Amino acid sequence: MLLAIDLAFIIEKLALIAVVVMASLGIAMYTTFAERKVAAILQDRRGPNRAGPFGILQPLADGVKLFFKEEIIPNFSSKALFILGPSLAMLTAIMTGAVVPWGDKVHFFGRDISLQIADVNVGILYVFAVVSLGVYGIMIGSWASNNKFSLLGGLRAASQIISYELPMGLSLIALLFITGDLSLREMVVQQQNGLWNIVYQPLGFLIFLICAFAECNRTPFDLPEAENELIGGYHTEYSSMKLGFYLFAEYINMFVSSVIMATMFFGGYDIPFLNEADYNTNWMALFGVMALMTKVIFFIFLFMWVRWTIPRFRYDQLMNLGWRILIPLALFNMLVTGALILLKQNNWHF
Amino acid sequence: MQALTSRVKQVDRRKMSFWERMYLVAIFKGMFITFMHIFKKKATINYPEKTRPFSPVFRGLQILNRDEEGRENCTACGLCAVACPAEAITMEAAERLPGEEHLYREEKYAAKYEINMLRCIFCGLCEESCPKDAIYLSETFTPADYQRKQFIYKKEELLIPHPKEDPEAYKKALGNRAKKETVN
Repeated sequence: MLLAIDLAFIIEKLALIAVVVMASLGIAMYTTFAERKVAAILQDRRGPNRAGPFGILQPLADGVKLFFKEEIIPNFSSKALFILGPSLAMLTAIMTGAVVPWGDKVHFFGRDISLQIADVNVGILYVFAVVSLGVYGIMIGSWASNNKFSLLGGLRAASQIISYELPMGLSLIALLFITGDLSLREMVVQQQNGLWNIVYQPLGFLIFLICAFAECNRTPFDLPEAENELIGGYHTEYSSMKLGFYLFAEYINMFVSSVIMATMFFGGYDIPFLNEADYNTNWMALFGVMALMTKVIFFIFLFMWVRWTIPRFRYDQLMNLGWRILIPLALFNMLVTGALILLKQNNWHF
Repeated sequence: MQALTSRVKQVDRRKMSFWERMYLVAIFKGMFITFMHIFKKKATINYPEKTRPFSPVFRGLQILNRDEEGRENCTACGLCAVACPAEAITMEAAERLPGEEHLYREEKYAAKYEINMLRCIFCGLCEESCPKDAIYLSETFTPADYQRKQFIYKKEELLIPHPKEDPEAYKKALGNRAKKETVN
């Protein structure tokens, strides 16, 4: 009996993993398409519209193109690391989806299935750890390429991500003061019952958003691949699907950070002004997933919108912003939040 | 110092205020501007489905004309070749044999007629110089090709479709450039 339940549990989780991985790959694919479309629309162009109706088959064509390109491994590169780089970038990008609560519980075959691969009680720390590992993919790949431009790109990526992880973490600490829990599901449940965290932490969200842009190497912080100074940055020497993996990993990272932002600050799968408990759970769970996806799509659009609005920072400006503005600001935010929480516990008496 | 032109703009070197130094306001302004571009008219024309309207005096690919019975107008007089500033036109004349009256309008015709489209500058002097209304410039342009020799257009490419055998194609090729002045 015990074994049977465990087997069902394993099947359920495997199915969930497959769905989440496939969904993140599919969404990343279509994010590349959306990026080109949004870029085109913001620049009064039409964008890809030849492959299929409205060009919706364009990502497939791009994927096929990448697969058929010649695979080049430079002679002077260290081959094992050269292959490890993009694999690691891709792996870490996909791994982050594991702790995200995609929706509420659903009932199937008399079982409660939670739409989350693993409800880890240190969920947000896990995300942080895995996202930070992502920089190894870039660093190893750039180092293994044995190319000056790649190396510079890798160095930039490493220092940028380390610099922006600090204010990101600090802005999160203020949020954790409020939630008192590291589990992402618990955060969503709290926001379902109360207000969204953005209300309590507007400054924290702003800092987190800026840092998320930097962590994803998106414009205005895309210095690691600054194409007009570093050719291609860390992926200069890459071709074919290994290049595709790097580009893909970037889009998956974008998707995952959008999900994290939506979950932590915008109520995750919570539908605003609606009490989820009143309705049929299966449908409600589906609508919850859709609500989360709507928020995520908005954030992905924001990523693109900013990309086609703001030019790239200079490197010293990037470091200045990270260390001399965002970190003090995040510390300030943390102290103020702490003080307010303390005051509230004291019933607003000093 | 006196300004050299009236368009000089004084650079504002005042220190930026706190809000300006935040850049956030400027960023939101910029994002608003890019957002408004979503609603602007697209400059691109979906080319193969839609084409840009040509001006009525557009000078495109040459066409060798036929008369109503489908006989070639060209008599290989060579005036177009002489007029051509780019020396893109070459031709060889031949005499019409008995029994070929339904093919050629006059006793002499062009056995070979070539225009090198890579040399042609589409000035339209050939059309102007032609006394027989045998050549005129159409509203289409030379399509792209992979080989240079494909751009030397022979009679097969230049001749207008037969007005009796293929009236629709004839009309299409003629366009609205139907004989402006008939020389007879």
